[in-house]
Amino acid sequence: MEKIVLPDIDNIHILDVYVQNGGFTAAKKAFSQTADDIIDQVKKSGLRGRGGAAFSAGLKWSFMPKTTDKPKYLCINGDESEPGSFKDRQIFEYNPHQLIEGILITCYAIGAKTAYIYIRGEYHKWVKLMQKALDDAYTAGYVGEAMKEKFGTEFFCNIYVHKGAGAYICGEESSLMNSLEGHRGYPRVKPPFPAQNGLWGCPTTINNVETITNIPPIITKGWEWFSKIGEPKHPGTILFGVSGHVNKPGVYELPSGTLLTDIIYNYAGGVPGNKNILCVIPGGSSMPPLRGDQLEGVKMDAESLKAAGSAIGTGGIMVMDEDTDLVKVLARLSHFYHHESCGQCTPCREGTGWLEKILKRILAGNGSVSDIDLLVTVANQIEGNTICALGEAAAWPVRFMVTRFRDYFEARVSKEVNLQVANKVHSMRETARPLAEVKN
Amino acid sequence: MEFKFTPENIDRINKEIAKYPVKKPAVMATLYIAQEQNGYISNEVIKEVAAILEMTAEEVLGVVTFYTMYYQKPMGKNHIQVCTNVSCMLRGGYDIWNQVKEKLGIGNMEVTGDGKFSIEEVECMGSCGTAPMLAVNEDYYENLTKEKVEELINSLK
Repeated sequence: MEKIVLPDIDNIHILDVYVQNGGFTAAKKAFSQTADDIIDQVKKSGLRGRGGAAFSAGLKWSFMPKTTDKPKYLCINGDESEPGSFKDRQIFEYNPHQLIEGILITCYAIGAKTAYIYIRGEYHKWVKLMQKALDDAYTAGYVGEAMKEKFGTEFFCNIYVHKGAGAYICGEESSLMNSLEGHRGYPRVKPPFPAQNGLWGCPTTINNVETITNIPPIITKGWEWFSKIGEPKHPGTILFGVSGHVNKPGVYELPSGTLLTDIIYNYAGGVPGNKNILCVIPGGSSMPPLRGDQLEGVKMDAESLKAAGSAIGTGGIMVMDEDTDLVKVLARLSHFYHHESCGQCTPCREGTGWLEKILKRILAGNGSVSDIDLLVTVANQIEGNTICALGEAAAWPVRFMVTRFRDYFEARVSKEVNLQVANKVHSMRETARPLAEVKN
Repeated sequence: MEFKFTPENIDRINKEIAKYPVKKPAVMATLYIAQEQNGYISNEVIKEVAAILEMTAEEVLGVVTFYTMYYQKPMGKNHIQVCTNVSCMLRGGYDIWNQVKEKLGIGNMEVTGDGKFSIEEVECMGSCGTAPMLAVNEDYYENLTKEKVEELINSLK
């Protein structure tokens, strides 16, 4: 299988090697066409965002206003802080010039003169690697004003690296923009959407690192070629990051629609000690967990995973064997979301804390059966009631893990109903969604 | 104690400012530079950063406290960050964290008496495929075992 994002070419991270292997020919080809043509090709290719929402990349670009007297901006989201997700760092390290070329083409398509690559602060090394690649590309005239001469075009754009400082929430696109502007990284209320009102109130597009790295091959080889790779509704390859209880954890670039079991057992080498799998989170920690007996036949693409009761997210596959303490896992995850909640919306700020407290109570052996319902109730009251998707990200793992592993959780709590807790559940249910509506 | 950036650092800050249409977005980079020069973000640092970037001190403080990577007190020369999030936890992240705590005899965000070490339990660092991991200042150490951690800490000066 041909790899698109991380090709097996030695030293492709070096500019000369990248150029020798056809680098920057896609940009040259793109600049000879109209911006609308490029957007059209990306739309037809079926490329969907790799940052979590799997939204059509071409469609997102088409939201950018054609006529505006304001400058337009492109942001590349390399905040990559989702637990279980570690794919973008591979691109910064092993194929940064394809990302740069993708940025040039994207800027041309949406009419942006400036692009920022937002990289999480902990990635000191990868910030340096990306900056080095960018410096080389500038020196060689592939980026900046020198582009005009290099490509024989009127168009040029500048690319800058912006380093974050340790906040999961900044991976949320509107939070990322606030962070980049030098504010606290609070998410913004949408609408207005970034294409109307983004960085400094100007039209802005925000795309994931992996998404944009797919652009040059689409332009070179054509949208038809790309649209035929993997699942037709979510074509292309996806960088699957496999972690947890597998023999060979790591990032695997595979066609969309590859079987989850294939990835775990063939590519990642199966589970150590041939143990059974208790639980898999297929798309990074925020996505609904699947039971070990739900994995058979599940394909890894947005539509198939939706049908299987989860979501593709960032393609970070976390595998847990039969000896895993799921209460501990969920308590740890809830601690994470509590820690990372920006504190702007009450349901998330308070709710994530409650989830953590209840789970720690169960973990300590002091939980009652009513705690399980309380977890679902609290999760339901967070979900849909917050400005950004961190609410869902915190609620989903809890709601789905508790409902899908109900027996497991019930075995960990006292059968006696804690009246104090039960009363709380009762009074809160008045406003919460009925439990019957919670999908199993 | 008044804080002033060195002339070299002023140059670096100006290069950061040049990336953006206004000065304010350079605050994150400027705070990193300040932390590098001063060791931590003091109130004097905040006032100076605010003056340079034409922000209020409160705005700068808001940024400092929002993120986890700006420290408002001096940390150890070797700031050890251990990830205990799920992917690391499944592969022994807590064992590493407990080992580091025990070996250095300090708790989360504490500094050893000689100022050589400080430790922090951190959220996912993006090393899930090479878990468990820890970082010393800016450098990642991955695929850890207890022996490797022991050796690493002994080698740090």
